Amino acid sequence: MSSLQVDVAGVRLKNPTMLASGMVGETGGSLLSVAAAGAGALVTKSIGMEPRNGYGNPTLVELEDGYVNAMGLPGPGIDDFRTEMEVAKNGNVPIIGSIFASSAKDFALLSSKMEEYGASAVELNLSCPHAHGYGMEMGIDPEVVSAIVKECKDSVSIPVFAKLTPNTHRLVEVGRAVEKAGGDAVVAINTLKAMAISVEFRRPVLSNRFGGLSGPAVKPVGLRCVFDLYAALEIPVIGVGGIETWRDALEYIMAGASAVQIGSAIGRRGIGVFSEITTGLERYVEQDRCGNIQGLVGVAHEHA
Amino acid sequence: MHETVEILQSEEVGKGVRTLRFEYHHKVSPGQFFMVWLPGVDEIPMSASYCEGRKGITVKDVGPATRSLCNLRSGDRIGIRGPYGHGYTLHDGRILAVGGGTGMASLLPAVEAIGDPSRVDVAIGARNVSELLFIDRAKAASKNVRTSTDDGTNGLKGTAVDLVADMLSKERYDLVLACGPEKMLFYLLPLLRKHNVRCELSLERYMKCGAGLCGSCALDEKRVCVDGPVFTGEQAQTMIDFGKFRRNEAGQQIKL
Repeated sequence: MSSLQVDVAGVRLKNPTMLASGMVGETGGSLLSVAAAGAGALVTKSIGMEPRNGYGNPTLVELEDGYVNAMGLPGPGIDDFRTEMEVAKNGNVPIIGSIFASSAKDFALLSSKMEEYGASAVELNLSCPHAHGYGMEMGIDPEVVSAIVKECKDSVSIPVFAKLTPNTHRLVEVGRAVEKAGGDAVVAINTLKAMAISVEFRRPVLSNRFGGLSGPAVKPVGLRCVFDLYAALEIPVIGVGGIETWRDALEYIMAGASAVQIGSAIGRRGIGVFSEITTGLERYVEQDRCGNIQGLVGVAHEHA
Repeated sequence: MHETVEILQSEEVGKGVRTLRFEYHHKVSPGQFFMVWLPGVDEIPMSASYCEGRKGITVKDVGPATRSLCNLRSGDRIGIRGPYGHGYTLHDGRILAVGGGTGMASLLPAVEAIGDPSRVDVAIGARNVSELLFIDRAKAASKNVRTSTDDGTNGLKGTAVDLVADMLSKERYDLVLACGPEKMLFYLLPLLRKHNVRCELSLERYMKCGAGLCGSCALDEKRVCVDGPVFTGEQAQTMIDFGKFRRNEAGQQIKL
């Protein structure tokens, strides 16, 4: 067994880095490029029931230490996504199908489609901060989350992950609801609801006004969320938020993340960020003689 | 974050085509593009048509955003971010620049950057004489500028690809730089392969973020915004979608 191999709720990854949802993964070809770049797993862009254009531009604001984006969940819809999955599978890396819907029934339907297409797990987008009627609007209510997770669990045999929002004081409650409903892992965090204003034009920059903050700016928030969830839950936690280096990844792992997802760093550092992180982790595990990366999950709690 | 710039000059350079100039103090390489924000309208990618000194973009009125850009006059303000992407590499040797329609906007800075009128030839194609762009500017940077129009109103009657075929029969080139409609590039590529000439092609896809994140400009395994927009002929040759499919705003594959 390689020192970086991890098992997340039964999904075996050659290394703990995953492509985060929303970045690049809308097409089979772009998912393949991330597989070739060395990611241990690929999370697709969130796919819904129907084709969706997303918001008009501007959809992205670049900041010194992150991005604010409001893409608006663009995507080809679940039917057209079949061909993208067929292409993406040639990367020989587990694919996790991210999905969004406005009802538990649709979530379940999308889940079973993703299973049919060959996804190794599904990730429920319960956390997009800027799409009306979707994402976070549902993901801050433990009862709604519980109903969605249950319905999906009843529809598929692959693991069900729930991606959570940090935009709530009830994060741990929502995490517990996922676990109690039979969810196999939680993913934390999605972006923080945010905005940017042009002083010259005296107006919000994003066409949707509000978006989600990602990148290094959110890392301390993500770490705290992962730390809290790890302490409260038995199921694995997947960490995401501002990871750009192997040290960032280790912080998340030590906080309790079984694997980490990388998104904004692809824009800020380039697609080589996956191999940079895994090389760094490999060297750390070797020098530390800790055997393997799985042994480091949650070690920071020993001092908590 | 965008930088707000003031339009210093707006000039008609062809039928329904205008060049806007502004001060933007960042290094810009030929073939790169900006994301141009018109508050309340849209934000769109635009190739840099001037990379040195006062920067510029050249806009054809084809939709709401480009119409609004064409209506801008000196003193109006827009938001700019970038430059983004990977431009042309300016090799040694004899170079032929091939521009179709507004494709000339991205090419001219490369022709000028070569800086030797005897080392670079230019082929400009358009549907008719009123759409031929930047002939004078090309003539200032190249000793051999030729044109083609679909209707024969100027230069060779035919396509830019026909024109290039004619030029290749008379001259030997080490590299071809090309920008224009994808169908033009698609038919140019086999011609250049037949003559064993390397090339760099500037490609276009629907684009949202411009910065390599959202994946809406995916072209096979490449992102046009960071891996392109300029690709080598070898790269284009291996692309399944090149010349055949584009993607719409929802990421669905559409036949070109």
